[in-house]
Amino acid sequence: MSACSSTSDMESPNESPSFQASRIDRELIRLTQEGLPLCPHPYHKLGEQLGLSADEVMCRLQRMLDAGVIRRIAAVPNHYRLGYKFNGMTVWNVPDELISELGPRVGELRCVSHCYHRPRHLPHWPYNLFAMVHGRSQDEVDKHIQTIKDLLGEHNRGNEVLFSKRILKKTGLRLAAGG
Amino acid sequence: MDEIDRTIIRELQYGFPITDSPFAEVASRLGLSEAELLDRITRLREDNTLTRFGPMYQIERLGGAFSLAAMSVPAEAFDQIAEIVNQLPEIAHNYERNHELNMWFVIATESVEGVSEVVDKLEQLTGYKVFNMPKLEEYYVGLFFDL
Repeated sequence: MSACSSTSDMESPNESPSFQASRIDRELIRLTQEGLPLCPHPYHKLGEQLGLSADEVMCRLQRMLDAGVIRRIAAVPNHYRLGYKFNGMTVWNVPDELISELGPRVGELRCVSHCYHRPRHLPHWPYNLFAMVHGRSQDEVDKHIQTIKDLLGEHNRGNEVLFSKRILKKTGLRLAAGG
Repeated sequence: MDEIDRTIIRELQYGFPITDSPFAEVASRLGLSEAELLDRITRLREDNTLTRFGPMYQIERLGGAFSLAAMSVPAEAFDQIAEIVNQLPEIAHNYERNHELNMWFVIATESVEGVSEVVDKLEQLTGYKVFNMPKLEEYYVGLFFDL
């Protein structure tokens, strides 16, 4: 793949760690945030829509992938359709001074899809470690929770599981016009 | 969904190539024709077995921000408040959950300051407190399923 033809439309570099998306990158993001064209040559198709060569499109996508702006280009299955109907947001109260050590260990469990440190809101919300777990039965989810409990051991100062009762809204990323 | 569909999803949830003929490349790996792979992915998207197929963008790397926030809303006001919350374009997902904090939503904005603006706006519009829980650290993100 040839290098991106130019960076002349890039904004000038600054100190920000975030990726400087050019106007063209933003157009490409807008055009692909709903998904890739389903045709034999999707990057050529995008190029036609943007007035770019397919190489340029591929190069820009690769650059965003390398910079982490794109996590990956992939298919995202509807987990309900795959039989994963039990999706629990497990929340844990662990000592702040240990969370950087415990968090990654919880995150690397196969059953955990997302794992974050988030702020507590005392006295209403004492939990600082969030881990989403998924199962095909309540029993499977209960086992996942037990696995996390065992891992945290004495450092678990309390936990709860929140199940979703209803999806009220679900949309993908939407970039507003301009930018 | 048959075994071939499962094989396709299993393969494509991890990644998709950036090449001139990416579908042909994946198809040959799976022992399918390019046309059959495209037909199947199109069907899986249409019947919503796949919720997405394409680049998954990380808005933070573009200077934007995501946050998780929750509210405690009484049952009798719940649907009305949900409607107010959902009307804001910055609300990406919203779930009802079984807890005293019963409404959980993701706020996505194009600037870091945008999140607190949305939180303030929601509190004004609804009259309920919004518990903002931005991620302080991310330990793992990867939604992969055994098929």
